[in-house]
Amino acid sequence: MKHLNATIILALGTLLTVFAAAFAYDDLFRIHAIILAVHLGAAAIYMARLVKVDGSGEVEDKSGYMDGPIRIGVILTVFWGVIGFTQGVLIAMQLAWPVTNLEPWFNFGRMRPLHTSAVIFAFGGTALITTSLYVVQRTCQARLWGGAGLAWFVFWGYQIFILMAATGYLLGITQSREYAEPEWYVDLWLTIVWVAYLLLFLGTLFKRKEPHIYVANWFYLAFIVTIAMLHVVNNLAVPVSFLGVKSYSLFSGVQDAMTQWWYGHNAVGFFLTAGFLGMMYYFMPKQAERPVFSYRLSIIHFWALIFLYIWAGPHHLHYTALPDWTQTLGMAFSIMLWMPSWGGMINGLMTLSGAWDKIRTDPIIRMMVMAVAFYGMSTFEGPVMSIKAVNALSHYTDWTIGHVHSGALGWVGMISFGAIYFLAPRLWGRKELYSLRMVNWHFWFATLGIVLYASALWVAGITQGLMWKEYDPQGFLVYSFAESVQALHPYYVLRFIAGLLYLTGGCIMAWNIYKTIKGDVRDEKPMVAVTSNAKPAE
Amino acid sequence: MSLLEKHKIIEKSPTLLLVGSLLVVSIGGIVEIAPLFYFQNTIEKVEGMRPYTPLELAGRNIYIREGCYLCHSQMIRPFRDEVERYGQYSLAAESMYDHPFQWGSKRTGPDLARVGGRYSNDWQVQHLTDPRSLVPESIMPKYGFLTKTPLKFDNMDRHLRANQLVGVPYTVEQLENAKADVIAQATTDADIEGLQARYTYDDRFSVPLGDFDGNPDEITEMDALVAYLQMLGTLVDFSTYVPEANYR
Amino acid sequence: MSKKEIDEITGTETTGHEWDGIKELNTPLPRWWLWIFYACIVWAIGYMIAMPAWPLINGATKGVLGYASRANVVTDIEKAKDAQQVFLTKIDETEVGDIVKDEELARFARAGGSSAFKVNCVQCHGAGAQGFAGYPNLNDDEWIWGGTIDEIYITIAHGARDNADDDTHISEMPAYGADELLEKDEIISVANYVVSISGGEADAALIGNGAEIFLDNCAACHGEKAEGVAELGGPALNNAIWLYQGGIEAITTQINAPKHGVMPAWRTKLSDATVKQLAVYVHSLGGGE
Ligand code: HEC
Ligand code: HEC
Ligand code: HEC
Ligand code: HEM
Ligand code: HEM
Ligand SMILES: [Ca+2]
Ligand SMILES: [Ca+2]
Ligand SMILES: [Cu+2]
Repeated sequence: MKHLNATIILALGTLLTVFAAAFAYDDLFRIHAIILAVHLGAAAIYMARLVKVDGSGEVEDKSGYMDGPIRIGVILTVFWGVIGFTQGVLIAMQLAWPVTNLEPWFNFGRMRPLHTSAVIFAFGGTALITTSLYVVQRTCQARLWGGAGLAWFVFWGYQIFILMAATGYLLGITQSREYAEPEWYVDLWLTIVWVAYLLLFLGTLFKRKEPHIYVANWFYLAFIVTIAMLHVVNNLAVPVSFLGVKSYSLFSGVQDAMTQWWYGHNAVGFFLTAGFLGMMYYFMPKQAERPVFSYRLSIIHFWALIFLYIWAGPHHLHYTALPDWTQTLGMAFSIMLWMPSWGGMINGLMTLSGAWDKIRTDPIIRMMVMAVAFYGMSTFEGPVMSIKAVNALSHYTDWTIGHVHSGALGWVGMISFGAIYFLAPRLWGRKELYSLRMVNWHFWFATLGIVLYASALWVAGITQGLMWKEYDPQGFLVYSFAESVQALHPYYVLRFIAGLLYLTGGCIMAWNIYKTIKGDVRDEKPMVAVTSNAKPAE
Repeated sequence: MSLLEKHKIIEKSPTLLLVGSLLVVSIGGIVEIAPLFYFQNTIEKVEGMRPYTPLELAGRNIYIREGCYLCHSQMIRPFRDEVERYGQYSLAAESMYDHPFQWGSKRTGPDLARVGGRYSNDWQVQHLTDPRSLVPESIMPKYGFLTKTPLKFDNMDRHLRANQLVGVPYTVEQLENAKADVIAQATTDADIEGLQARYTYDDRFSVPLGDFDGNPDEITEMDALVAYLQMLGTLVDFSTYVPEANYR
Repeated sequence: MSKKEIDEITGTETTGHEWDGIKELNTPLPRWWLWIFYACIVWAIGYMIAMPAWPLINGATKGVLGYASRANVVTDIEKAKDAQQVFLTKIDETEVGDIVKDEELARFARAGGSSAFKVNCVQCHGAGAQGFAGYPNLNDDEWIWGGTIDEIYITIAHGARDNADDDTHISEMPAYGADELLEKDEIISVANYVVSISGGEADAALIGNGAEIFLDNCAACHGEKAEGVAELGGPALNNAIWLYQGGIEAITTQINAPKHGVMPAWRTKLSDATVKQLAVYVHSLGGGE
């Protein structure tokens, strides 16, 4: 009977979306509903074929944990990663060679949100949901609360959100709120899924057999609950019709800007930071087989981080029409945020004390260490950019994009890769990964890509910022805007190459994981011989 | 370390952890956002701000749909170079009817906050159709399809109504004439006086009119987008604005 | 479950808990970390006292330094103006045509004009002022609206066909085809005539008739010899310099339905001194009369 309920729910969902399409208020809503109906319908048919009336065909996880969604999650994280990086390479190409814009659906303006959502919400979000469900079960010694239904609902519900968001952008359905672009009905759906996720996570915490809640779960919980709050407030809007795509946000102008960047900055703080810190706090000590460096530091930096982060939003609005007082708060709290951020870095790095040699011998650890290093770097760069005098130059330029990607590629990407390499053999009961050497290759491709990306865009950003402000000795502006556009071309080409490198790393990972799942083991020399300087390679 | 000892209580209770986190993350937002709604000086007192005409609003929606804000800011910062390059720095008042705001966060292209009137309609259309025919260095995508896409404006009254619900002071008359005003503004052969009367305060101001896309037979999305671009930054009468009164 | 133990490698005590094999050390907070954190907090407090910061009932604290970003920009611009003041005052006092008489002032004006041109004009007239189809080349010595500094000044200040300016140049070539003022074959004839006088290849059989039509219809604006009439904005047609394009096809299109290009009026967007500088600069591009 296990698949029957799912089939019924999917069929009902299909029916509902078909009705929505039939009575749609505008064409875009109709197309969007049809896209959803087709997917739900296909899923319903697929599930119906799995229905076994006698209830056989149920496989219990040997671990006693519910790992079904987690296995799919690992695969989808890798999948979305490759898609998101490809999308990044595509838009990088469009900025380097504008002829690659294909109007109307594949113009930069529609492709860019596809990239940001693909990497943050599809890749990052799936990685977070997947690892959080793995970690909370292991560290609570409890199976997920709410049964298989709830876990699968959260999992696939979130994927539906991704589907609707992504197809919407190409169709031109967007609220234009960065990192919150989906329209009101997709927002509503995500709210439902997210509350279910919160319940699932919280319920499992309540079921735990350990007396204490592990620090990774503090971060995951703070991430889930804060994102819920941010999402709901930032997306308040009035739709033109309940069967139409368009809505108008509740707030306007300066209040709207502040609300959006309160959200936007904390999407960084809680989605891309707190959540991934949760990931770090489990997978780093596991992979290093060392205790976490400092429990006290965990406490202090956790509370300081979540308290201070929320205030830093105005640093996205320095020198705008936002009143000065708000900007002051944004800058001051960003500076105070520096050390709490580094608390996470220290706790990650120092967990290796006593196991430093693993950086040489274990490419997975190396990946995690690089992640933490980039986390440290971007959380230093961030406060620097929050200083108004610096932001006067960096704002609106590619410097910001460079900063984003040293955090995104370096921290978010690398820590997720580490977690995936950790999870894949364990979830499929394999003794080891298909190939450690390929992990090593992935590491180098990714690292090279990040370094090239970030350095090219620092130069680009500073060039751009200086050109806009450049005065000749007589006090006249020196450059036209178009000259600054032209000056950036070489850096945009470099960024494209950097993206290709990073993407190549991602593809290597995809192959490695695929083979690992299949149960293959690559015939290769062990890692240690080559990376160790002490012993010459044979 | 007694404080850290007490932390054990929180560590043992998911409820405390949840409520504690929620409390801690609520404070910053409340302190920073709430006052913006009740401080009198958040939004400057200016003359000339009016809600968008239905055609401009439709154009604005196309601007949003196409993601122009990802490359163009609409927020001139109070710096000498920006003021000399783009014009008077932007005021909060100038986006008070913007649901949502379009300040942007990246200048791949130039700021557009005051692009209204800087170019001709022809230039805008040609530039949007093929940017590199006018600015060879440009990396802006082409939007030629807008000239071929008829504007859907039958339901502009519903759009105005939704805006009214979120606080834009559209009048009943403006709602009732929404569709007619689109036609009047884009073709100039309908009730232009009515449109001007509905959307301007006195004869210092006027609504840009015309066949924006160079094709008088049809009202296209290009008409709407160019109408929007041509009014950007032109509303406020800065001759009556006192900067010193608005330091905040 | 709570078994505190000493970690062998670091010699630090653990907290005694274990989750899925993970333990925690009870290492004290790193000193340097704590001190930098304190320092940041102290600095932030100081900064928030100095600057406008804390929201109260009717407004935020003003900060002891009395800072306002909007006041800063005023000072900045004033400072920059002060540095240029000698020249700016002179420019304000000098008739635009006389600026070039003072070599130093002219150099300043050309520099300022060149800069303002980059910021405001290159999008239409090109980075080298070479123009694009429909947007005149400003390097050559053909002028639609006249090429003296004074005339250029007027054109820049008031634009052409810019409805927003009451003194804008207005001259609208009739749409001979679209408004059926001339027959199709007449248009072809006169187009051939225009091509022929500008040195292009045209159908010799049509030229005679075309010349007549030209004198009747076009000479008023373009001149009897098609040499152009600056007061009426009628461009010269007797040379190979085109605002749009040469060739029968383009010229026929123009006669059928002229484009009526718009040049914005800059008087409202730029200061008078800047417009004067622009005029001097544009005039210096080579084609000035
Ligand atoms: C890939 C980035 C990109 C996108 C997306 C983009 N633009 Fe641009 N835009 C540019 C660049 C670069 C320039 C400067 C070069 C030029 O003038 O073409 C520019 C210039 C402009 C200008 C001239 C501004 C001035 O003062 O010179 C306007 C108006 C404009 N864009 C409007 C739009 C509109 C409307 C959209 C959306 C439909 C849009 N742009 C989308 C990059 C972009
Ligand atoms: C919207 C595009 C546009 C911009 C921006 C623009 N122009 Fe023009 N300009 C034109 C057009 C179109 C004409 C031709 C008008 C006509 O056909 O009568 C013109 C004509 C001129 C002329 C007269 C040429 C002649 O042959 O008489 C001068 C001088 C000139 N522009 C200077 C400038 C300067 C200086 C600036 C910047 C401050 C500028 N233009 C900005 C479009 C533009
Ligand atoms: C009322 C005045 C007027 C009359 C009459 C007139 N023109 Fe023009 N013509 C203009 C103006 C002004 C322009 C500049 C075009 C613009 O900016 O749109 C122009 C431009 C042109 C051009 C394009 C020049 C270029 O450099 O690309 C051609 C060709 C031309 N006219 C031919 C004619 C012919 C042939 C006739 C008669 C059948 C004629 N014109 C009658 C005012 C006139
Ligand atoms: C202490 C920590 C950090 C601070 C204080 C900080 C500060 C900043 C500042 C000042 C900007 C530029 C805003 C602007 O001028 O427009 C910015 C942009 C950004 N940062 Fe950070 N940053 C921090 C850490 C991170 C990390 C770790 C990541 C990613 C994982 C990240 C992702 C981003 C993103 C995505 C943007 C771009 C936002 C946008 O304009 O769309 N930041 N940050
Ligand atoms: C192959 C790797 C990648 C490439 C080539 C790439 C490329 C790009 C490009 C070209 C942009 C647009 C910049 C602009 O508008 O000027 C962008 C924006 C962005 N990307 Fe990536 N990207 C990659 C990976 C990632 C990853 C892994 C993440 C996050 C986890 C990410 C997050 C973002 C964000 C948040 C922005 C918006 C920045 C802003 O608005 O300030 N990217 N990326
Ligand atoms: Ca949204
Ligand atoms: Ca951005
Ligand atoms: Cu931020």
